[in-house]
Amino acid sequence: MIRAEKITKRYQRREGPVLALADVSLEVAEGEFISIVGPSGCGKSTLLMTLGCLIRPTEGKVWLDGRSVYDLSHDEAAALRLKTIGFVFQTFNLVPYLTALENVQIPLYLSGVSPTQQQERAEHLLDKVGLGDRLSHKPSELSVGQQQRVALARTLANRPRLILADEPTGNLDPALAEEMLDHLEELHQEGVTVVMVTHDPRMAARAQRQLRLVEGRVSATEAVNTR
Amino acid sequence: MTTFRLVLKELRERKSQLVTSFVAITLGITVIVAVRTMSHFSEKAVARELDNLGANVLILPKGATVTNYYTADFGEYVMPESYIDDITTSQLQGVDNLSPKLTESISLRGQQVYLTGILPKNEFKSKPAWQTADGIFARPEGCGTVVPGAVAKALGGSAQGGPSETPTRQAVIAELGGAEVLVGSDVASRFGLKVGSTLPIKGESFTVKSVLPSTGTVDDTRVFAHLHTVQRLFGRGHVVNAIEMIGCCKEISRGLIDGLNRLLPEAKVVTIKQIAQTQLSTNTMMERFSLIFLVIILLVGAVSIANYMLANVYERRKEIGTLLALGATRGRISRVFFLKSALLGVAGGLAGYGVGTVLAVGLGPRLAGVPVLPLPSLAGWAVLLALAVSVVASALPVAKAARLDPAEILREG
Repeated sequence: MIRAEKITKRYQRREGPVLALADVSLEVAEGEFISIVGPSGCGKSTLLMTLGCLIRPTEGKVWLDGRSVYDLSHDEAAALRLKTIGFVFQTFNLVPYLTALENVQIPLYLSGVSPTQQQERAEHLLDKVGLGDRLSHKPSELSVGQQQRVALARTLANRPRLILADEPTGNLDPALAEEMLDHLEELHQEGVTVVMVTHDPRMAARAQRQLRLVEGRVSATEAVNTR
Repeated sequence: MTTFRLVLKELRERKSQLVTSFVAITLGITVIVAVRTMSHFSEKAVARELDNLGANVLILPKGATVTNYYTADFGEYVMPESYIDDITTSQLQGVDNLSPKLTESISLRGQQVYLTGILPKNEFKSKPAWQTADGIFARPEGCGTVVPGAVAKALGGSAQGGPSETPTRQAVIAELGGAEVLVGSDVASRFGLKVGSTLPIKGESFTVKSVLPSTGTVDDTRVFAHLHTVQRLFGRGHVVNAIEMIGCCKEISRGLIDGLNRLLPEAKVVTIKQIAQTQLSTNTMMERFSLIFLVIILLVGAVSIANYMLANVYERRKEIGTLLALGATRGRISRVFFLKSALLGVAGGLAGYGVGTVLAVGLGPRLAGVPVLPLPSLAGWAVLLALAVSVVASALPVAKAARLDPAEILREG
């Protein structure tokens, strides 16, 4: 599903160029669940965003479903993210002035779905994650666990085939982290491709395959789970 | 969820920050509407006052001077009466009233007075001070183009007469009889004349139709008869020795005089500078003042909105980054912010129109000394202006929002 070929990313900083990714090549098959691990600052998040059409690599190419994503226009790339990719953010990134229901409606609104259908789908998703009684609550009125579930419902709104999760358990207590991983595994079992960045080896071990990054380079790829 | 709902929810959430720029644009429009409403009625009042000063353009025979005009002594200087028709049938803009005159010196009971032939309707229109005499002539209303026949229609003239009769002439003949005269106040008191008195001139008997109020000018020592009567009495043919004209001020500065010079190369066109200049400078000053005021006020409003929108974009960086990551296009982000600024502009424009109108109606009589009424036509302009200012001022912040890098924002956490 994803193929990254020799991608290098250099940032220009005042103190000089910084190498975030160096010659990284990677293939992720449809329906695969992989985790990207490594110490802080090793380039994990940069790699994830490069795969998600958000960071253009300095060198190299990324293909998603056979399309070279950085040869697409801004609008085409946006459409690709909207239809194919679901992001899970560490800090949930819910819109603070919208209710849980409205937050879940956002991807549907961006897709041009009618307001009635948006509402039906969002209600269904929130019900599925156990928040059927919290539809009109704003993020500030929800617990961290509930916010996480709203964010997950929003990620799933457009039925993405690829989920890119950046430290999805980073802000959660162990019980909630477990719950989050359960959700990702469930999605994986439903055929969704999952790429998860984490620094937690225990969480990483839940993936089928681990990719270890050190200083922007792939140091090891190992199959850890053959489920 | 719709773009409109998204914008409304955000506006409701951050009301306190919105208030400053809403107040700024409302105040700007308030001041503009108040000044414009008051100056509209004030300008009308000034225009009415200035009209009372009378004609501001003189058309004289080539060799005559303004002194000839003021002393009513033209000697042999005459020009064709057909100049009136030349002017009324031309497409010249800004000709508001025409008053041809032929003045001759006569001896009345051994004393010299001036007999002036007039086309009376026009004469009265150019001298609002005379309107009380018979009360048959209305004050000239505004400015416009004099088109063929328009004078006659305006004067209620009929289409009687042969094809050679001009509309102007028909109208005038219908108004003043050939054996009637109007007398200036000095002449009336000197010779004890009143309405209905008989006055012999050059062997013919004339009835005094009206005694004109005192004007403090040479007109008080005149006897006015019909132009064509004077022409006949003195065997002058169809000639006049002055045409007084009220030219609209703006058109005078835009080439009315040049147009008249081209149209009547054998005549001399003189502006009565003091009057024309007063009219011109009063109106120009008001227009310039309003314009400068307007620009400053709008700039202040625009800066306030731009500042608010920039702060809003900065504050919503994470939200914008998230929306972009989720698949929003730059166009979508722009629409969200432009809609917000448009709503701000429309609301500010409406509020500004309301407050400005209330202020103008309330304070107008005290500040401008004239009664002021609401000008509904300003509402549309107020909203459009506020909308334009708000949207233009938001252009830079919106462009900034649309060009934010979602990856950079998401990394900020």
